[in-house]
Amino acid sequence: MPVIRLQNFVSGASSGDVVEVLCTDPGACSDIPAWCRINGHQLVSIDDQHDELVITVKVGGLMQRHP
Amino acid sequence: MSAKQRKAVALISGGLDSMLAARVVLEQGVHVEGINFFTGFCVEGHTHAIRKKDRQRLKRNNALWVAEQLGIKLHFIDVVDAYKDVVINPKHGYGRNLNPCVDCKTFMVEKAHQWMCANEFDFIVTGEVLNQRPMSQRRRCMPIVAAESGAGDRLLRPLCARHLPSTLPEREGWIVRERLHAFHGRSRTPQFALAANFGIEDYAQPAGGCCFLTDSNYTNKLTDLWRARGDRDYELDDIMLLKVGRHLRPRNNFKLIIGREEGENNFLEGFRNHYTNMRSLSHSGPLALVDGHVDEDDLLLAARLTARFSQGRDSESVCVQINDRDGSCRRMDVAPLTRDDVPREWYL
Repeated sequence: MPVIRLQNFVSGASSGDVVEVLCTDPGACSDIPAWCRINGHQLVSIDDQHDELVITVKVGGLMQRHP
Repeated sequence: MSAKQRKAVALISGGLDSMLAARVVLEQGVHVEGINFFTGFCVEGHTHAIRKKDRQRLKRNNALWVAEQLGIKLHFIDVVDAYKDVVINPKHGYGRNLNPCVDCKTFMVEKAHQWMCANEFDFIVTGEVLNQRPMSQRRRCMPIVAAESGAGDRLLRPLCARHLPSTLPEREGWIVRERLHAFHGRSRTPQFALAANFGIEDYAQPAGGCCFLTDSNYTNKLTDLWRARGDRDYELDDIMLLKVGRHLRPRNNFKLIIGREEGENNFLEGFRNHYTNMRSLSHSGPLALVDGHVDEDDLLLAARLTARFSQGRDSESVCVQINDRDGSCRRMDVAPLTRDDVPREWYL
């Protein structure tokens, strides 16, 4: 799931970093905005480029560790 | 001096029970964050959106949705690799199909316990209801899960806690036992009443549970995969593909995975480079992946079967393009198999 890949990437990023997610899963259009809202990140844009989605996120606060 | 605010990590599946359990603990002033495990067998996820007919349906990950409704953070944990041992070697055995429910619950609580320790949380919350389900929620299994996971008395089950011995959060006064619940059995009426009491009107009610391992159609295909390979192992791609398309095994050494419609064909396209694959050129038809080691005679049979599922099924000849994994491709003119040529036993 794209949202899990994003979460794992963001856990190593710094506040203010901008991350671009490229995916084909239409479910990401609802999952990633919801994930951003509940975890304090900023959804910058969702760009539907035919068969590929480009979702841009600005990293907010620090993430927890995932053992 | 104010008391330290306690922190709980709640296992959030996206269903009503875990939502209520987390809410009950939130109501007592505890800081709650959610955790959700990705095993590869979860019904949640992008496969909901594969089939074209499903594209108009509301696409949402219910665990995320629940977290947002509760106003809590949600952390996904990818456990695909670690979970294999649970599926392949369950210490407590399987349920009706290949569902290793006791081992699965133990595994997830163990992972939640590790997360709890790493993030300095105080206890774990699950939405289990005594005797609601025939395996992990039986009375004799509940202490097994608590003990074998390592969580011990830091595992709180708010929906049925009053049927169980008191836990550390109750004894320490972090949680008031009298405000927990005594739900038991298969009736969902108490959960619906509690949801109404909280003003929760919208929640997911998955008809077939949240795990493909409880689905006999799915587990028949997984069992076939293990038998054909002579090895009870799998990769993520294997278990994702078991959710998609028609699976037919004409011979022991190979099976075909054939898209049933445009959405599935698009999904299978993503796996083309890993499998020999074929598609009708002369007539519209599905993409078919060949899983196994095949010789020329096998490829001919696979091509005739692929033609059977194309618009050319009633034609004398169909031109099928075969793409090998090495990137080479060729064309084969074949006579489509007839309906009678395809025995029911081929369908997995």
